[in-house]
Amino acid sequence: MSDKKYWQSFGEHTNSEAFQKASEDEFSEDLPLEGLTDGKGLLDAKTPRRDFLKYLGFSTAAATLAASCEIPIKKVIPYVNKPENMIPGVADYYATTYISGGDAVSIVAKVRDGRPIKIEGNELSSITGGGTSARVQASVLDLYDMARLHYPVQIVDGKPQEVSTFEAFDKLIGEALPKLGGAPIVLLTGTINSPSTKKIISDFVAKNPGARHIQYDADSYSGILLANADSYGKPAIPSYQFDKAKVIVSLGADFLGTWLSPVEFTRAYAKGRKPDAKNPVMSKHYQFESLLSMTGANADERFTHRPSETGAIALALLAELGGNVTAPALNDKLKASVRKAAKDLSENKGNALVVCGSNNPAIQTVVNAINEAIDANGNTINWATTVLYRQGIDKEMAGLVADMNDGKVGALLIYGVNPAYDYFDAAKFKSGLKKVKTSVSFNERLDETTELCNYAIPAPHFLERWGDAELKTDHFSLLQPTISPIFKTRPFEDSLLKWSGDTTDFEANFKKYWVAKLGSVDEYEKALQKGVVEPASPAVGKAPYSNAKLADAVTATVATGSKKGALEGVLYQKVATGIGAQANNPWLLELPDPVTKATWDNYAVVSPKYFKDNFHIDLADRRQADKYEVHPEKQVVKITVGGKELSLPVVVVPGTHNDVIGIAVGYGRESAKPENTPDFIGRAAYGAGRNAFPLAVFNGTTIEWSIPEVVVTQTNEIYQVAQTQTHGSYEGRTEAVKETTLGDFRKNPDEILEDRKKELSHFGGTEDYAAQGTLYPQIYDKPGIKWGMSVDMNSCVGCGACVVACHAENNVSVVGKSEVLRYHDMHWLRIDRYFSTPEKNMDNPDDVQVVFQPMLCQHCDNAPCENVCPVAATNHSSEGLNQMAYNRCIGTRYCANNCPFKVRRFNWADYTGADSFPDNQDQTTVGKLDPVVFQMNDDLTRMVLNPDVTVRSRGVMEKCSFCVQRLQEGKLKAKKESRPLKDMQDVRTACQQACPTDAIVFGNANDSKSLISTTRADHNDRLFYALEELHIMPNVNYLAKIRNTDRILAEAGKEEGEAAEPAEKHS
Amino acid sequence: MINHRPIVKKLFLSILLSTVVVIGNHLFAQDGKALFQSNCASCHNPVKVVTGPALQGVTSRVTDKKLLHDWIHNNQKVLASGNKYFNDLYVQFNKTPMTTFPALTDGEIDAILKYVEDYKAPAPTAGGPGTSAEPSSDNTLLYGILTLILAVIMLVLLQVNSSLKKLSDDKEGIPAAEPIPFYRNKVYIMFIILLLFVGGGYLLVQGAVGLGRTKGYQPEQPIFYSHKVHAGTNQISCLYCHTNAWESKHATVPSLNVCMNCHAAINEYKGAKLLREDGTEVDGTQEIQKLYSYTGYDPKAGKYTQPGKPVEWIKIHNLPDHVFFSHAQHVRAGKVQCQTCHGPIQEMNEVKQFADLSMGWCINCHRTTKVDFPDSTGNGNKFYSIYKSFHKDLQSGKMDSVTVEKIGGTECQKCHY
Repeated sequence: MSDKKYWQSFGEHTNSEAFQKASEDEFSEDLPLEGLTDGKGLLDAKTPRRDFLKYLGFSTAAATLAASCEIPIKKVIPYVNKPENMIPGVADYYATTYISGGDAVSIVAKVRDGRPIKIEGNELSSITGGGTSARVQASVLDLYDMARLHYPVQIVDGKPQEVSTFEAFDKLIGEALPKLGGAPIVLLTGTINSPSTKKIISDFVAKNPGARHIQYDADSYSGILLANADSYGKPAIPSYQFDKAKVIVSLGADFLGTWLSPVEFTRAYAKGRKPDAKNPVMSKHYQFESLLSMTGANADERFTHRPSETGAIALALLAELGGNVTAPALNDKLKASVRKAAKDLSENKGNALVVCGSNNPAIQTVVNAINEAIDANGNTINWATTVLYRQGIDKEMAGLVADMNDGKVGALLIYGVNPAYDYFDAAKFKSGLKKVKTSVSFNERLDETTELCNYAIPAPHFLERWGDAELKTDHFSLLQPTISPIFKTRPFEDSLLKWSGDTTDFEANFKKYWVAKLGSVDEYEKALQKGVVEPASPAVGKAPYSNAKLADAVTATVATGSKKGALEGVLYQKVATGIGAQANNPWLLELPDPVTKATWDNYAVVSPKYFKDNFHIDLADRRQADKYEVHPEKQVVKITVGGKELSLPVVVVPGTHNDVIGIAVGYGRESAKPENTPDFIGRAAYGAGRNAFPLAVFNGTTIEWSIPEVVVTQTNEIYQVAQTQTHGSYEGRTEAVKETTLGDFRKNPDEILEDRKKELSHFGGTEDYAAQGTLYPQIYDKPGIKWGMSVDMNSCVGCGACVVACHAENNVSVVGKSEVLRYHDMHWLRIDRYFSTPEKNMDNPDDVQVVFQPMLCQHCDNAPCENVCPVAATNHSSEGLNQMAYNRCIGTRYCANNCPFKVRRFNWADYTGADSFPDNQDQTTVGKLDPVVFQMNDDLTRMVLNPDVTVRSRGVMEKCSFCVQRLQEGKLKAKKESRPLKDMQDVRTACQQACPTDAIVFGNANDSKSLISTTRADHNDRLFYALEELHIMPNVNYLAKIRNTDRILAEAGKEEGEAAEPAEKHS
Repeated sequence: MINHRPIVKKLFLSILLSTVVVIGNHLFAQDGKALFQSNCASCHNPVKVVTGPALQGVTSRVTDKKLLHDWIHNNQKVLASGNKYFNDLYVQFNKTPMTTFPALTDGEIDAILKYVEDYKAPAPTAGGPGTSAEPSSDNTLLYGILTLILAVIMLVLLQVNSSLKKLSDDKEGIPAAEPIPFYRNKVYIMFIILLLFVGGGYLLVQGAVGLGRTKGYQPEQPIFYSHKVHAGTNQISCLYCHTNAWESKHATVPSLNVCMNCHAAINEYKGAKLLREDGTEVDGTQEIQKLYSYTGYDPKAGKYTQPGKPVEWIKIHNLPDHVFFSHAQHVRAGKVQCQTCHGPIQEMNEVKQFADLSMGWCINCHRTTKVDFPDSTGNGNKFYSIYKSFHKDLQSGKMDSVTVEKIGGTECQKCHY
């Protein structure tokens, strides 16, 4: 146990003046009452007291009249002929697959009364095992996006004109295609991992002489594909088996967040990281990187380096592992770290894994050599089952763009990719597209590429269509429609079939393909029901390795480090938004980034030292820190890379290498005419960040996201970045987080328990605490069920899937950037990110340690919020739930003031359009809400709302309910069948179900056999309750984080002097 | 405004009582009647020809008991075997296939047959079984009159008292104050104002609380569908049409294909006179024709010739959006009878909202309704076996029963989330 000081914001770190002031007031502003806040006094206000009384009297009378005179007549309209097995009010679940580019995750869609409202992971998939990501969870909202193209169009002079029928559209294409003058047709798609689609594409290509199919991935893995072609003879990506690795070394690969298949990897990674006293072992994770990624934040040992040093580190690692190579010089610190990692790797040969995020084939070839040296091939790297998530080769795309510019492409059919936005040389692509005679886009909206095409025929959302995906060799996941197409859309495959003269449609083709493959219609239907087709045991094996190309690769790798400027750049993907394919998804845009906790924007990430040296603000100084933080205004810098410019605000992140600037891609979606963006791309995407894709570097073979030289010029502009977590203070209480090291835990497994005992010693120790620690005489028993949740902080990686799942399940509203800026965000569940550094100055990025803690209503049995409510709108249930009755709430916000965890959220405006008064959304006092709120309030988009959960209106408090609607449903199911609750089957909360690492366990704590009870018993040595000493008796417990490192110990002593400083005291 | 509460309460209790008695009979008779109603009544009547033949006397018409059982279990097989009687019957009834009942045991079939043979058509009395539910007496008026008389007596006595006092004062020579007529007496005026305030306030609050409540709502529906004919006279089980009440939160108005299960064959109404609330007569056959026009069915051809269009019924029972109510919870898990909330629906020609559906009304029922706790014999819902402390108290006699309230049935988040 350490006495580390944890902090969420720089203000908290230094206890700056502004931070103290901010935490004095629970809410930074008063209630929006006209006349009360403008300082003029009541009598001079626009609405003086007498007027107020008049209005009050009038509106009461009017409401009485209105309510008593007429009650609207409601109709109930049953089916004429009800479909069998369809029961209104009971949800159906369909197994299908989330598809976005090459990403594919097996899912189950919950369909209520004909509309999909929630996505869950498919537990039958051996790959993701029921895990999901934030993007998967949010994808159901994309279905109801009104910015999707509603019908096929012909685009004339940049203006889309509706083509009335598919037949008319087919006729137009039928006339255009023969007029290409011999120039070939090219199909440009993202990675296609659907075997049935691939067959249709190859048939189409075969029928059109000269036609070819090119796959293009904005987040390219060409480097690995080419390196593997060199080392293993096939351009494929093997299965990485993180669960089998005892030592994991990642060279800049954000494999838990955005690299290749994060859901699968997160799940496997977490399996190796659940130590208990009986079995105190866990994997050791080294991360070498330039920015603080989410994966780096979870690493046991983390070292930062310049991006240009990636190759050198790989070579040094190979050299340490006995490879016959000489690495370029590295600084002493990196040298020592590489040696340390290499020692662990060589001690765990066969149980170790090295992954690398670089897209440079030479570096990846060196990494292949490392993996051979540690015997990973066939052990932690499975070559018998390769993955098919990414197949694009950058050079082919570059060739296509060149051909287009040379006028060598007759027709371009674009499906699922948006190169006019995300290609590094988008300008060249656009100029080439103009020279293509006929261009057809199948993209779902009029995005940057589609609006430049001649024709667009939108493809349906994945929830509206049939299909399949081969995630890995022989591992298939099937798609089936969960709703009939909302708009006039047609699958891409249907168009290809039509245009090659085939009369069958894709659905029939798909069925035929799978019936033939599986043997019978019966088997096909069974497969659809399960959603996955997998071999009983996946093939495991190694691939023959050849080091023939290694020497060349080493030379090339050495060369990668030769060019470097004073400041280097790294492009990265955010966990939520990725490459921007779901850029108009409000849930994803409002999901705080795991590390920066910023929403709605991208920005330039720099280190505190860089900021101190260049902006002359020392964030470790309590006076200076306030110039940067507390207020959301951030300085804007102009970033220049090889003639391309980009202006972005600066956000300081501890743990960033001091000579590196990081920029997220996936933002800054914009139509050719910017004013068209809200209609063509979407209202939420409009104005969110800037596009960083043009800064990527093409090295002649692949597109790389590390930029050797960046020039930064400061400007006088400022830009507001909406960050969460800079508000809602714990008032200096630090007992919310507990962590220790694996070494300490082995030495003394009772460490956490002892720590708790010490904390509670004044109140009767842990044993008698419930009765002794309080003045309240009575302990209310929970006769039947007592709900409880356990959150394992060692498994939680901070990915945010739970946060979005909570949004979808509980109708949590999206408030928009301007409201987040005012700290009005509504997340019921947030993931607190704590930094800690041994030194106060944060100059050394390697020293930064991060803890993630999902924070939600703790459902305290002795809840401070309950006894301050003047109207008893929040009270306790006999099952241990802290209930919130919205209709009773009068909005005093006392409860939020008194909540030590700051998990209660107040509806400052009518975000969901629940009120019948439109003024509650836009009025002078509330402020003008962002367009995204109205996007979410669209009649069609509101179809995503869960009908079992009340939509809250303005002026009421809300918070996590433990998904009470699911609890009630689960209990009813058991009652119907006259049996006790089945643990983990009848009832699971949305966050629990979404979590890819099973960090969240929920159930009936009164049942000694339930998973929640056994988890608490088995992990008693790691168990603690947040702020337990307040005697609030939470029903949520946490399991302490354990780091497989010795660094906390070493540095705790050093830190003691500072920790003792009473700076954080505030009362 | 009249205080309806006692009336409602009495009505409610008496209906509860009568339904409990009726249901009690049902429960004992896991017998022919219940089986007949749940399995056969949608197509057969013991004494009337409906979709299928009148069943009384069937045991004498088909003397081979085994054959009769086979027929009921799987009539298709018997038809295929070439049995003349049944094949003739099949042709006679337009080759409408009978549902198969492979799950019925021989004992159950015998019970049904016994019920059919013993059945006596109910005498066409005007009231029906619900007459007992009529309010037996209304004491409010009596109490009111009594109060009024007492008040008048009090007033007279007060007047007498003051007159006597005046007389005695006169006699004793005490100078009397100027007599004040009672209508200018401040005490009286004060008393009347207070009375008006309390009475008016009570009425105002009652009125305000009742805003938006629609007890007694009885709109005219697009088709004169009589629950009295279907659920009352023909004894069709509620769940036959409102199947979803068993599974879902919505009981749902049945889709038209459910109506046509029977009405494909029943195309005219021959029962007792159908009267609207205002006394006008309704032609039942005409109403069945309306159903045909909605479904696009041509009864002469026996075919669907037009595309169907849904009926837009008017919703009577409306709950606010912030209330979660599940029919399955009440009907299946709670075993609550439909009539408890919907009133004597089997006597309503036109459905009328019976309860005010207010929160107080819900809560009061939750306070008194007993939970189906499992007992030692294995009856009851085993979900509640986890309530160990309650079971102990029940055994030791500390508690005699567990109400819904005891297991949290009056907590906010049981209905509001």
